[in-house]
Amino acid sequence: MDARPRGAGRTLAARIRRRLPGLLRGRTPEPLPVRLDRRRVYIAPTRAGCGFAVLLIAMLAGALNYQNNAALLLTCLLGAVLACSMLLTWRELHDLTLRALHAEHGFCGARLPLHLAFADDGRARPGLNIAVDGLLQPCPLRRGTSRATVTAPTRTRGWVALPRMRLSSTLPFGVFRAWSWITPDQQVLVYPRILHDAPPPASSDDPNDRIAGGDEFAALRDYHAGDPIRHVAWKASARHDHLLVREFDRAAPGQPLRFDWNALSDIDRETRISRLTGWVCDAYAAAHPWILILEDRRPFGPANDAAHYHRCLTALAELP
Amino acid sequence: MKRPPGARTQAPPLTPLAFNLLCVTVACVVAAHAPHMPAWYTAALAAIVAARWWQRRRQPRRVPAWLRVLMLLAVPGAMIAYYGTPLGREPGAAIVCGLLVVKLLESERPRDARMTVAFACFILMSALLFDQSLASTILVGLMLLPALATLRALEPGLPTAGWRPAFKTGTLLLAASLPLALLGFLLIPRLATPLWGAPDAGAARTGISDRMAPGDLHALLTDDAVAMRIGFDGAPPPAARRYFRGMVLWHFDGRAWTPGAAASRPWRPAPLATLGPTTRYEVTLLATRQHWMFALDAPVDAPEGAVMGPDRTLMSVRPIDHAIRYRVTSATDYRLGPERLDRRVRAAALQLPAGYDPEARALAARWRAAAGANNGAIIRDALRLFHDGGFVYDLDAPPLGRNSIDDFLFHTKTGFCEHYAGAFTFLMRAAGIPARVVIGYQGGYWNRFAHYLLIRQADAHAWSEVWLAGRGWVRVDPTAAVSRVILASTGGAAGDVAGGSRDSWMPWRDRLDVVNRWWGQTVVGFDALRQTRLLRSFGIQHATAQMLGVALAVVVFLALGIGGLVASLRPRDRPRDRLAAAQGRLQRRLARHGVVRGTSEGPRDFYRRATVALPDAAPLLRELASEYLTLRYATASPPPDRTRAFAQNVRRFRVRHHATPDA
Repeated sequence: MDARPRGAGRTLAARIRRRLPGLLRGRTPEPLPVRLDRRRVYIAPTRAGCGFAVLLIAMLAGALNYQNNAALLLTCLLGAVLACSMLLTWRELHDLTLRALHAEHGFCGARLPLHLAFADDGRARPGLNIAVDGLLQPCPLRRGTSRATVTAPTRTRGWVALPRMRLSSTLPFGVFRAWSWITPDQQVLVYPRILHDAPPPASSDDPNDRIAGGDEFAALRDYHAGDPIRHVAWKASARHDHLLVREFDRAAPGQPLRFDWNALSDIDRETRISRLTGWVCDAYAAAHPWILILEDRRPFGPANDAAHYHRCLTALAELP
Repeated sequence: MKRPPGARTQAPPLTPLAFNLLCVTVACVVAAHAPHMPAWYTAALAAIVAARWWQRRRQPRRVPAWLRVLMLLAVPGAMIAYYGTPLGREPGAAIVCGLLVVKLLESERPRDARMTVAFACFILMSALLFDQSLASTILVGLMLLPALATLRALEPGLPTAGWRPAFKTGTLLLAASLPLALLGFLLIPRLATPLWGAPDAGAARTGISDRMAPGDLHALLTDDAVAMRIGFDGAPPPAARRYFRGMVLWHFDGRAWTPGAAASRPWRPAPLATLGPTTRYEVTLLATRQHWMFALDAPVDAPEGAVMGPDRTLMSVRPIDHAIRYRVTSATDYRLGPERLDRRVRAAALQLPAGYDPEARALAARWRAAAGANNGAIIRDALRLFHDGGFVYDLDAPPLGRNSIDDFLFHTKTGFCEHYAGAFTFLMRAAGIPARVVIGYQGGYWNRFAHYLLIRQADAHAWSEVWLAGRGWVRVDPTAAVSRVILASTGGAAGDVAGGSRDSWMPWRDRLDVVNRWWGQTVVGFDALRQTRLLRSFGIQHATAQMLGVALAVVVFLALGIGGLVASLRPRDRPRDRLAAAQGRLQRRLARHGVVRGTSEGPRDFYRRATVALPDAAPLLRELASEYLTLRYATASPPPDRTRAFAQNVRRFRVRHHATPDA
C-alpha cells in the first residue's frame, strides 16, 4: 500500500487517486472525516433485483406480444418504480460522512467495539449496514442520531490498523444494493489475548491465590454494567433470567501481587504476555493492588486503579 | 459483487408486518382475477389465504409439506376438471392464481416472499389481458402498492407497528415514476407481428358475425357493451341516416343468411355516386377478433390497413385483436351500384332455396301480379304488411319451424330486425326484385359532452337493400315499419328500433364514457402505426424501432440523471438558528483567510488561534468571539436582538491581510 509513485508520475497518480477513489475501492487508508460523495458510492442490482429484471422482461414480452397496452403500461410502471428505487438506495449512502471513530479497548481474540460518529445531516438512513471483515452488521441511523457501533475482529495485539469497512444498504425494496468502502487511517490499540486458565503467580506465600486461581469466589451477585465479562458465571446465569457475576473475596488487601515477566521463563513469549494479561485482569477485577514487571525490569505499580490497569495492559500490548 | 460470508446463511423469518402485507398482495391478485374465475374457486382461494394468515398468526411456520403437495395437485386438478383443459386464457389464469396461493403457504423467509411478490406482479399483469379498460387498469395499478409495501417491509428500518410507513415509499415512488413510466410506454417499440401464437385464437369472437339465422342476433341485442365510438369532423348525420354498414349477406339457405360465394360477383367495389355533402369521421372500433370494419352507409374510400369489398363493405387486413382507429369519408346521399346489374350478380340477388316457404312465395307472386312492373309498389306492399299486419317487435321471438319465413310472416308475427330483414329480402326476391341483407349497426347514442356517437352491441341491426333500376341499391329498413314494439324484458334496450330512446341515461354515465373513450383512443389504441408517427414533432416522419430504442435509452438516462441530481441535493445546510448561521458565516470568512476550524476544535480555541493568526483583526474578532460564546453558552436561548446585532457585526467584519502561516 505504501508504494507511493515517485517523480513525474506522482502528480498524475495522486490526482487519479483523488478524483477516482473508487478505483482503489477504499483500500488506501484516509484520514477522517470521510464523506461518501457520488464518486465512491457504487450501486448494483441484488440477486432479487436480477430476478425482478427477468420478471420485467417476461412481462414486457407478454404485453408486447398480446399488444395489450394496459399490461404494457403496468409493466412500465413497475419498471419505472424499481428503477427509481435505485435513486433512493443510492441516496441512503450518498453524502454520508464518517466524522470520527472511537475504538474501545479490547482484548485480542474478542471483537473490538468501534463507535462511529457520522455527521448529522438530518437524514435518516434506516437501512445502513456496515460489514467489517465480512460480518454484516446493521447500523440503522434514525433521524437525529448519528452514532453507530460495530465490532471488528482482532487477530494481533498492539497497534493495528483498522480493517476496511463496507457500508451498504438495500433500501427501499431490496432490488439494488449501494455500497462504499471506508478505510479509516487510524490505529487502535488491542490488548493482548487473555489466558484464562492461567496458573496462579508463582509466589507461594501470597494469600491471594484465590484471586488468580479464578475459580474460587465468595458469592454471586447481579451483573452491573462495567463488570468484566469473564466474571460472569455463565452456568449459574443460565438458570436465571439475568446475568450473575462471581464476586471474589477481597479479604486480603495487604500485600500487592507481583507479576514478573522474568519469573515465567519456560514458556513462549506470547503465552507469557497472555498469562500476565490474565493476571492483571483478575487482580483488577478483584481490586487487589499489583505490580507488573516487564522484560526490561520496568516496574508498574503497585496500584489497583483503572489508570494502572490500562497502563499495564498498554505496556503489554506494545511489547515487541 | 463479493458477498460477506454468513450474510445469507439463515435469513430471519418474515416479520408479521411483512407477512400480512404479502397476504394482502396475494388477496389482491385473486381479486383482480375474480371476474373471470368460477365464484367457488375464488372463494376457495380467498379462504386458503385467510386460513394461512390465521395459521401463521398462531404458529409462525410453514404449512406441512403434505398439505402443500395436496394443494399443489388440487388447484390445477380442479381447474382442469372444470374447464376440461389447462390451456387457454381462463384456465391458465385460474391455475397460476391458485399456484400463487400455494406459494403463500410456504412463504416463510424474505427470499420466498420476494419470489411471491414477483410472481404476484406477473399475475396482476395477466389480469389486464382480460380487461384493459381504464377502471381495471387503475385498479390493477393500485394493486402494485401492497406488492411494493411488502418489498419495503422485507427491508430493515420500519417501525414494527402500523401499515402506513410500509406503504409510504411505494406510493411516493409510484407517483414520482409515473412520468418515466409514460415515456417508456410511448417509446418501447411495439411488435409489428406477435412473437408467438395469437393471444386468443380459440376465444369467442365478439360483435356481429357474418351469419344471420333467426335468433342469432339476440345475444348481441341484449349486450350493452361498447362496440365503437365515432367522432364526426362536422355535424353528425341525422338520426335517420345513422346506418353503419358492416357486411352484406347474399345467400339464403332456408334458415340462415350468409355472404355466399364471392366468386360469383365482381371483385371491384360497386361504383358509388355521391349526391350530397360527404361526412368525414373517425371510428374507434373495439376488438372483435374478426375482419369486419364498420362505416357510415356508404363509405367513399377505405382507410389504411383495410380493403373495400365489392359491396362497399370494409375489411381489415388483419383480424381486429385490439381496438383500432380509422378515418373514413362517407356519403349519406348516394347512388350505389352500376346502371345495369350484371347477370351473375342479378342471379345471386334473386337466389332462393328451392322447396322452402311456399306461402311467402305465393304472397310475393300475388303482389307482383297486382303491381305489374312497379317495383316500388311491391316494396310499399311489403312495408304495409309489416306496419298493419299485426307484427310485433319483440326480442323474445318464438322459435320458427322449417319454413322459417312462412312461420314468421303468417304465424308468429313476432321478431326483431333479423326476422324482418330476412323476411323482407325473401319477399323481394320472390317477387323478382334483386335484394340482399346488410348487417351493421344503426342509431347509437350521441354523447353531448364530448360530441361523439357511442355505438353499443345492442345497436346491431339488419336491414335490406333492393336494386331498383336507375337508383341502384336502395336501403329499406323493414324493422322501422313495425308499429308495435315490446321492449325487451331481458335488460337490453331495443337498440335496433329506429329512434330508440336512450335519453333516460344519467349524465354521469356520459362523462364516464368520455373518459373511457379517451382511454381507448389514446392508450389502448396506441399501436405500432401510431407509434411510428410519434417523433414527427422532432422532424422524424417515420420512427423506426431503433430510433425509438435510442429515444427510450436517452429518456431513461435523463430521467435517472435528473432524479440523481434531485436525490443528491443536500437538505438545506442552513441551520435553523440565526446565531449558528452567523457564526458559520464568520468561520467561512476566516477560512478564506487561511484559518480553518478543525473538526475537534472548540470555538474558544479556534477564535484564540484566529486572533493570533490575524493580528490586525484581533480586537474585533475577540469581541465577536466573546459575544458568541456568551450568546451560545451563557444563555438558555439567545435573545433575538443581540443575535441580530451579532449577525450584523459578522457581516461588517473584514480582514485586510492574510494570515501569516501558523508556526
